[in-house]
Amino acid sequence: MKEIVNLPVSKIEEEEYHINMGPQHPSTHGVLRLLVSLQGEMVKSLKPHCGYIHRGIEKMCEKDTYPQVIHLTDRMDYLSAHINNHAVCLLVEKALEIEVPERVKYIRTIMDELTRIQSHQLWWSSFGMDLGGLTCFFYGLRDREMILDIWEETTGSRFLQSYNCPGGVMQDIHPNFQKKVHAFIKTFKKKIKDYDRLLSGNVIFENRSQGVGLLSKEDAISYGVTGPSGRGSGWSCDIRKVEPYSMYSQVHFNEVLRYECDTYARYMVRMQEMHESMNIIEQLIDNIPEGDHSAKMKAVIKLPAGEYFQRVESARGELGVYVVSDGNKTPYRMKFRTPSFTNLGVLDHISRGMKIADLVAIGASLDLVIPDIDR
Amino acid sequence: MDNETLKARILEIVPEAQLEENKQYLTLLVPAAKLHDLAIKMKDTPELAFDYLICLSGVDYGKQLAVVYHMNSILHKHMVVLKVKTDDRSDPAFDTVSDIWRTAEFHERETYDMFGIRFNNHPDLRRIFLEEDWKGYPLRKDYVDEVNIVEF
Amino acid sequence: MTFNIYDFTSFNRWIDEGLNSIMSPTWALITEMAIIGIVFLLFYAVVGLFLVYAERKVCAFMQNRVGPNRVGPYGIFQTIADFIKLLMKELVYIKDSDKLLFNLAPFIVIIASFMALSAVPFAKGLHAIDFDIGILYVIAVSSLGVVGILLAGWSSNNKYSLIGAMRSGAQIVSYELSVGLSLLTIIVLAGTMQFSEIVEMQRNGWFIFKGHIPAVIAFIVFLIASTAETNRGPFDLAEAESELTAGFHTEYSGIKFAFFFLAEYMNMFLVASIGATVFWGGWMPFHVSGWAGFNTIMDYIPPFVWYIGKTAFIIWLMMLFKWTFPRLRIDQLLTLEWKYLLPINLVNILFMAFLVLMHWHF
Repeated sequence: MKEIVNLPVSKIEEEEYHINMGPQHPSTHGVLRLLVSLQGEMVKSLKPHCGYIHRGIEKMCEKDTYPQVIHLTDRMDYLSAHINNHAVCLLVEKALEIEVPERVKYIRTIMDELTRIQSHQLWWSSFGMDLGGLTCFFYGLRDREMILDIWEETTGSRFLQSYNCPGGVMQDIHPNFQKKVHAFIKTFKKKIKDYDRLLSGNVIFENRSQGVGLLSKEDAISYGVTGPSGRGSGWSCDIRKVEPYSMYSQVHFNEVLRYECDTYARYMVRMQEMHESMNIIEQLIDNIPEGDHSAKMKAVIKLPAGEYFQRVESARGELGVYVVSDGNKTPYRMKFRTPSFTNLGVLDHISRGMKIADLVAIGASLDLVIPDIDR
Repeated sequence: MDNETLKARILEIVPEAQLEENKQYLTLLVPAAKLHDLAIKMKDTPELAFDYLICLSGVDYGKQLAVVYHMNSILHKHMVVLKVKTDDRSDPAFDTVSDIWRTAEFHERETYDMFGIRFNNHPDLRRIFLEEDWKGYPLRKDYVDEVNIVEF
Repeated sequence: MTFNIYDFTSFNRWIDEGLNSIMSPTWALITEMAIIGIVFLLFYAVVGLFLVYAERKVCAFMQNRVGPNRVGPYGIFQTIADFIKLLMKELVYIKDSDKLLFNLAPFIVIIASFMALSAVPFAKGLHAIDFDIGILYVIAVSSLGVVGILLAGWSSNNKYSLIGAMRSGAQIVSYELSVGLSLLTIIVLAGTMQFSEIVEMQRNGWFIFKGHIPAVIAFIVFLIASTAETNRGPFDLAEAESELTAGFHTEYSGIKFAFFFLAEYMNMFLVASIGATVFWGGWMPFHVSGWAGFNTIMDYIPPFVWYIGKTAFIIWLMMLFKWTFPRLRIDQLLTLEWKYLLPINLVNILFMAFLVLMHWHF
């Protein structure tokens, strides 16, 4: 009751009541508590309460060396683990002005795109499940297993690999890597048509998602909603195009933009991005140059004193890493600008006036990963 | 717009701003009182048009507490870093920019939670990750917690 | 005694005469009622167990996995194991709930479906009550179930349950209209509401073929509306697991939850059997008028098997719906009923009436 009294939400009107979605809830996909203020079936306002999985990663980073920090970044947005690692590695390499071998760039880009595909597969599975089409969960995860098998063979673990390290990658790719990636792309191109038939073209699904959760482009920029959610509102914010890194300046791919600003647009952006990612992988997989899998680095990595900022495009949006270094082997201050944290800020704004069932669809279309919010 | 012109334009608006040398992006230290006006002008002036606040971080420089703003312009594609510092460690306070860039609402709450920096006129300044009754501000350098932090 | 699986009337008469010769007529009547009650309870339990298992298997095969296959050969004892587990669970007493209504609600739901099932014919003569207003009785009695659901949601002292129950109440009351009107279409064609007569009239062809276009439309509307009636498939937001935990039966545990669960499957069986009886001929084999040889071959298959087969087919269709489509929102659901199904139904009835007048049916 103390909670309700302290809420700066509008005074409790006669027909208004408060409902808790979470922290344990099948659709919030993680431990997030949403205090929803409802009038009948309509959402009047929403207050997210995060911090259930706050582990103090930024504080821990101040005591860890740069290679150790990489292992912590895996655990933030665990579905874009490679991309998170990639961000820190790029920052360290730029600060030390080290040029990584071409082979490393190819491997990192291919791994990044595989990460993006599997993250979107899991997102699609849980999106269908949240809306009631429970079969989608099994179809999406079954196809994702192929990517996890590829990773297990090369990096040793299916999940949270910590494969990148400053200077390159930990070990070279497995000889079967190219063959398996080719097999995966061939299978997935056929399976993704099933996804469209099952969900995208379904009239019930279209009615549930079109016109729901409108986010205008100005609001997206003001709230800092990047990634597929921002591109669904017509904002061209793909860091791979704005500030290309690794091999992105040398591959041809389209930035997927849609202008309807609703849940359906954000859904279609991610579906199309899976196609684009496969396109990028196909351009790179056969041309991996020979070379070292890592540049020569000193045993102890010390960044020169100063401040550095690196942006990458993770599966959820723009990940920013900001490091203040005082010349030691541990960062003085390390700040992660995570996409899910910023995207959460817009959930209140776009759910007003929608129904509870729409809230589930909107939350699923923003693709929030809770450890990314809480760090 | 290149860094020199940007610096000139910003120094026109706030002459007391100091440039920090040798940084990756154009970094300017701005007095705390002028922050809000500068931010409004940076967003609304057509040649500057900084409409995207990428990151808002708190930093504890040992003696001073600072807030660092990384901002970007979608239209002109230039990036600038603004800093505000304060010596007051017992009750540091800056003006909020959440009325200019809505994304700052959550970021400023996080900075308050971790550093204790208050933001004037913020719509809802409460702790975001830690419990309401937590004592202390963890990311400050002088934060001591025998229970949760193990020092080797 | 002649135990003819093709015609149970002689068997019924044998039991009746036997009992009447042993005891006075009143006691014989009471004994007969008791026998029918026990038979129905057993049937209810067995069919319920079987349907739960069938749902899990059908769902598993659609999702590219196997389903229960450990408990017994092909997992057929899985449901029994689940019910034993549910029986042994603690009955959690909610602090501020309305005790009487809370305990009464599951029973109301079961009684409603029980009463409705008793009017449906399983084979010639295998018919508990043969009202001359059979269809009207079934529709009326099956709507008592909504009272149980509303009571369950209200008495649980839980916001989620209340929302779920209100949604469900609105949904069921709306879709009853469509169910009733689509059955009315066939009543117009048949001219009678008595179940046994409706089945007899399909001796030379099922109504869905006799009534061609309007009967097909009526069947499709009936299928959609009855899926919504039973809170199944794309219309299950009352129990939407991913939105409001478990809707109106959130606070029920153990045997009471088992009752709700069972009642849902029995309702599905009930609407499927009504659909099978009214549209697809009930226990009547597939006859084509004029093909005497074909008809005799069809007659060899016992009527009970025909009945179960048709009901099973419709149940399978309803299971397919549930596991393919995402869920509808409450306002979309009600829009579907009031703006689409109801007008279609009304026009269809007019069409069927016109058809009957002009003798354009088979």
